[in-house]
Amino acid sequence: MAIYLDHASTTPMRPEALAAMLPYLTEHFGNPSGSHSVARAARLAIDEARDDVAESLGCEPGEIVFTGSGTESDNLAVLGAHAARGGSVVCSAVEHHAVLLACRALGGTTVAVDQAGVVDLEALSEALHRGVGVVSVMLANNEVGTIQPLAEVVALVRDRAPEAVVHTDAIAAVPWLDIASAARGADLVSVSAHKFGGPKGVGVLVVRAETRLGPVLHGGAQEHGRRPGTHDVAGIVGTAAALTAAVAGRAREVPRVRALRDRLADGLLAAIDGVTETGSADGHGDRGGKVAGSCHLLVSGVDQEELLLLADDAGVNASAGAACASGALEPSHVLLALGLGVAEARTAVRFSLGPTTTEADIDGALALIPKVVEQLRR
Amino acid sequence: MSGGVDSSVAAALLADAGHDVVGATLKLWGGDSDSGCCSVSDVDDARRVADQIGIAHHVFNFTDDFDASVVAPYVAAHAAGRTPNPCIECNRHIKFGTLLERARRLGFDALATGHHARVDGVARVDGGARVDGGARADGGARADGGAQGRRLLRGADRAKDQSYVLSMLAQAELAQVLLPVGALTKAEVRAHAAGLGLRTAFKPDSQDVCFIHSTAGRRGFLGDRLPLHPGEIVDADSGDVVGTVPAVELVTVGQRRGLGVAVDGRRLYALDVDVDARRILVGHADAARADHVAVCRPTWIDRPLDSGARVLGQTSAHGRAAPCTWRGDAVVFDEPVPLVAPGQTVALYDMDDTDVVAGSVLAA
Repeated sequence: MAIYLDHASTTPMRPEALAAMLPYLTEHFGNPSGSHSVARAARLAIDEARDDVAESLGCEPGEIVFTGSGTESDNLAVLGAHAARGGSVVCSAVEHHAVLLACRALGGTTVAVDQAGVVDLEALSEALHRGVGVVSVMLANNEVGTIQPLAEVVALVRDRAPEAVVHTDAIAAVPWLDIASAARGADLVSVSAHKFGGPKGVGVLVVRAETRLGPVLHGGAQEHGRRPGTHDVAGIVGTAAALTAAVAGRAREVPRVRALRDRLADGLLAAIDGVTETGSADGHGDRGGKVAGSCHLLVSGVDQEELLLLADDAGVNASAGAACASGALEPSHVLLALGLGVAEARTAVRFSLGPTTTEADIDGALALIPKVVEQLRR
Repeated sequence: MSGGVDSSVAAALLADAGHDVVGATLKLWGGDSDSGCCSVSDVDDARRVADQIGIAHHVFNFTDDFDASVVAPYVAAHAAGRTPNPCIECNRHIKFGTLLERARRLGFDALATGHHARVDGVARVDGGARVDGGARADGGARADGGAQGRRLLRGADRAKDQSYVLSMLAQAELAQVLLPVGALTKAEVRAHAAGLGLRTAFKPDSQDVCFIHSTAGRRGFLGDRLPLHPGEIVDADSGDVVGTVPAVELVTVGQRRGLGVAVDGRRLYALDVDVDARRILVGHADAARADHVAVCRPTWIDRPLDSGARVLGQTSAHGRAAPCTWRGDAVVFDEPVPLVAPGQTVALYDMDDTDVVAGSVLAA
């Protein structure tokens, strides 16, 4: 059994989610947009799921829009807000491509980050003006784990661009942060189910009651017309069950995973020469600015493709950067934004922990990864 | 695994023979290209074939290396009026350079490709190309310090033989190179692929330089990367200007087609390309031949030949190998051969026309 340290990519489905979904893949097959009894059973499941998700995210049920993925949520937020509001678009340089490329498609501008990946508030302030319509800054970065000062971002936007809509991509943050408080000020919040033990293919966009969205997809009246298309009933039910379980377990899970992550990061830093930590880590064990499950390292002189291949052979699943259409790794735009060169960016590897990570997994990784690096440097 | 039938079958043969095989596809080119080994559908084909034959598959991103050691020198050479063979430079620097080094670091014993050529484990010492049959010219020529050398031979299918583009190999690489389809004809390769139900069985062969888009062509590619200069065409006999070309950088020594000039009703060949002077020297067919080519830094499959050795010289990928004599810094042909552009490669074969002896880029 492989040691799975790629939870930021996706994490195993929670048993609660699978159990909740099964009836909606079998007996309760109805289309929730219908009116007869079979349809009503599906409709009820969506309504209850919406209530549960709203409670977990600290918003009203009417503010929940179910989508087909985190990427779709991000696109709906940026493109939809721009369609309704107009104006120019601003996002941070370390956004996921789902936000970054949506902003770029609208001719938007990006705001620099510091070496830790924290958005430069002065640069953001300079980028903001009354003509700005949409601002998107993620809650936590998916690659290096850096948590953004969202409350300060929101305050800055309200002051400098009072008409602008604020979107936050909370996809990488949900397992670790209380979204209800951490994303409180944002008008639009993206969430992806499979990052917290729900099924793949379901996203959520929180749309605050007063926030208008223009259409991105055209079709039926589902989700009040904000996201037409027949509901993925089982997926939505599984999303709600997984999110409820994730939120209920968070107070216990975060410190447990953080301790494992610190042991992994400290252990690898001690065992391998020439390793540096990225993101909000001071190099002395203070990783308070990162989400608990993130361990992101640069291994000097080692190519990430080779490290990941041998780690995989040795039974450790990790990842790095983003893959292009061919599956080849490209130098991460996030790491380049942190000020690293292309060559350095190609030494990056991400270990990300989650609910199923055990002490034994960390023992195994600490035993295997230094050997892999030693072989590659020989 | 390029996503073509040859590397598909190479992988299948090795896996079938019980080797622990891992497939790798190289992403070499990030730019716009519709041929060769970099397109997403080719990578998909390679991945699906790997799945079919039950081996792991990885994509290695070598775009930076490829750009630095193949594309940039290719552009620079054209700017200087030379015409390099980028496939040979890719083999030298990427496939049997960067990739072979990676394979060693990752703990693999060998690197296999789908080239139509053969590697033979026993050194050939009975005459043939080796005039001395004995001592090496110097102590450092062989990486393995004296073990039996490996031979590089033409592929079994002479029409598909690719030994020319592998003539830059030496013992250091050959010791770890496998060419499983070299013993098969192309028809046998396709039949084997079809028998295994591989999706690449009837995929057409790739023909062109992988990073050059077929519609924009070499002109479009180079035109985006260096200034192209019009030049005049000068008749070598008369000294008269007999025409013009839109870009001297795109003219290759030995070229006839596309120049559009004729004197006395006979088409003329490019004899010399002088980029600085913006001048192409042209002449008739008999002037467009030479009895020797000057070489620089040859690579030897095994050991260097002594001057005076009799060999066969081949100056293009699918050309005929012609009898010649090795002279240390030049190859002297028995009969004049068509002019070969500086930057192109001459591959030397033994007199039986089976063993590759050396490869060398032609000096300017």
